[in-house]
Amino acid sequence: MLYLIVEQALNGLQYGLMLFLLAAGLTLVFGIMDLINLAHGSLYMIGAFLAAAFYQALQSFFPALVLAIVATALIGAILERVLYRRLQAMSHLSQVLATFALILIANETIKIIFGAQPLMIGMPESLSGPVELVTDELYYPAYRLLIIGVGFAVALGLYLLVNRTRIGMWMRAGASNPQMAAVMGVRIEPLFTFVFALGAALCALAGALLGPLLAVSVGMGESILIPAFEVIVIGGIGSMRGALVGALLVGMIDTVGRVLLTLGLKLVADSATAATLGPTLASMLVSLLMVCVLFFRPQGLFPARG
Amino acid sequence: MSATASGHSAETPLVVGLPGPWSAIAVAVLLAVYPLIMSSIGEDFYIGVGSRVLILALAASALNLALGYGGMISLGHAAFLGTGGYAVALLAKQDVVAAWIALPVAAGAAALAALLIGAVSLRTRGVYFIMITLAFAQLFYYLAVSLPEFGGDDGLALAARSVVPGLALEGDLAFYYFVLFTTGLAFALLYRLVASRFGRALIAIRENERRMAAIGYPVYRLKLLAFTLSGGLAGLAGGLLANLSLGVTPHTLTWHQSGILIVMVIIGGAGYFWGGVMGAAIFLLLEEAISTHTEHWNLVLGGLLLFIVLVAPDGVMSARERIRKRLQRGKGARTESAQAREEKAR
Repeated sequence: MLYLIVEQALNGLQYGLMLFLLAAGLTLVFGIMDLINLAHGSLYMIGAFLAAAFYQALQSFFPALVLAIVATALIGAILERVLYRRLQAMSHLSQVLATFALILIANETIKIIFGAQPLMIGMPESLSGPVELVTDELYYPAYRLLIIGVGFAVALGLYLLVNRTRIGMWMRAGASNPQMAAVMGVRIEPLFTFVFALGAALCALAGALLGPLLAVSVGMGESILIPAFEVIVIGGIGSMRGALVGALLVGMIDTVGRVLLTLGLKLVADSATAATLGPTLASMLVSLLMVCVLFFRPQGLFPARG
Repeated sequence: MSATASGHSAETPLVVGLPGPWSAIAVAVLLAVYPLIMSSIGEDFYIGVGSRVLILALAASALNLALGYGGMISLGHAAFLGTGGYAVALLAKQDVVAAWIALPVAAGAAALAALLIGAVSLRTRGVYFIMITLAFAQLFYYLAVSLPEFGGDDGLALAARSVVPGLALEGDLAFYYFVLFTTGLAFALLYRLVASRFGRALIAIRENERRMAAIGYPVYRLKLLAFTLSGGLAGLAGGLLANLSLGVTPHTLTWHQSGILIVMVIIGGAGYFWGGVMGAAIFLLLEEAISTHTEHWNLVLGGLLLFIVLVAPDGVMSARERIRKRLQRGKGARTESAQAREEKAR
């Protein structure tokens, strides 16, 4: 029972860290460029599909991962130059519409190129087995541990980037007051392109890493977009720390809540009802948490703007 | 940014596109003879399409009340559409099939949902309002998918359409006229709302909320009332939609559906009375026409949307205003200053 919860907590950690990869890019774009990007999930889908395509061509996981990240970052940079730059000056309604259009276009294009069938990415051989965490009691897949490790490494890297480098200083300046930052000599336009490409790269990383665990399919971006939005609203739009805490919170509530609620419901209802109701209640808890945060603390738990 | 969120520039007149009596009569007559023409040329299929257009025109116009007139960008109106649909289907399961009960209950349930959601959501603004309406709609979606009483992923099927004494709704033609009658009533209500003091106040709040609050209008309550009415009318459309397709599925509740409703409003023209109708008609007919040629309708729709956002953000109904403005440009500044005077006099 204890080990079951530990295992689910690890799963929650893994899901949360992947959410963080998406939310980090989303919150930067949102905070710095004041732009609602509904198509952020599409970049995640594109990254996953590119990784799958490269994997099929190369039959090797890590080179495919790197190529997918670079290609998606490039796509992100081009999108920023061509489209998002114009959207930035427009109303939120226009942004919602245009990025909704991008979702439709991305889904359909992927369907045309790759077909409607989901693709698989093979796991790297060396990581496909389980790791013994507690002797004879707790085994955990090595690949999921890798994901957790990468997630923490990226979080640390982003923290250092945002807080310890010059680019990070510009980003923070841009997030708290873009006009003032521009007046003080920060070249906002290349910064925006960089931020957008970085966000796209993080999407691709998440998509490619999750590829071997999930089926790479059209529409995968939409199912993760809503939790990612919930994360950044809970954490505070534009705040990297908020994105991390929010992502872990959402990951834990969703995964651990799912198990605990199902177990708890089994005490009061029959097991079939509990099995369907538990996961739903967990998803609803996340939405409810977001509603509560918006209501009582609309600036989020860790607001970026002081 | 929030003040101009509706996309109306300062020089657009506040109340635009309110139809005169003749245009309303013309539209009504046209819609009344439409199925007769279709059946006389043997295209009975298009009578069903017509019902669908009317129903979604009502849903889009309901959203237009909140989004176009009230400036409230709701990315969660699918929740109200779905509430109406599920209300009709759940009542039918309890053998309550009379239309005069089922449809008002559908509208009432959706209005209640909108009242609750609006009461919380309207305390936020801008991006946060968009997000919170989206989150609420997701709650409804999860609820519908998970509860066995709601049929889970499959949704609920209707054994038959609602019952109206003396009219067999199973036929496409009879159902069309029933839909036309019901939506006609709803549009009459919408017209009265928009043309009333309440409508004017709502538009003024969209343009400058702070000023309206300073003058002493109960801004929050007016917006909540508009949001509730908008949700109720969307619920009525949802009830009709469940009748049309003989069932309701969780797909009605997806945020994709909310997005499509916004798209319809924008295509037609947000804040124009016929904006929702025009948008729904253009959207559904385009979908119908293009889907017969290619399965990649979404690609075309995406491209069209980008075009609209980047090139023509005010929608089809704004064309008349724009043409008029262009014609007036010859007369010069006199007209414009007259317009400004008029605006100040309001």
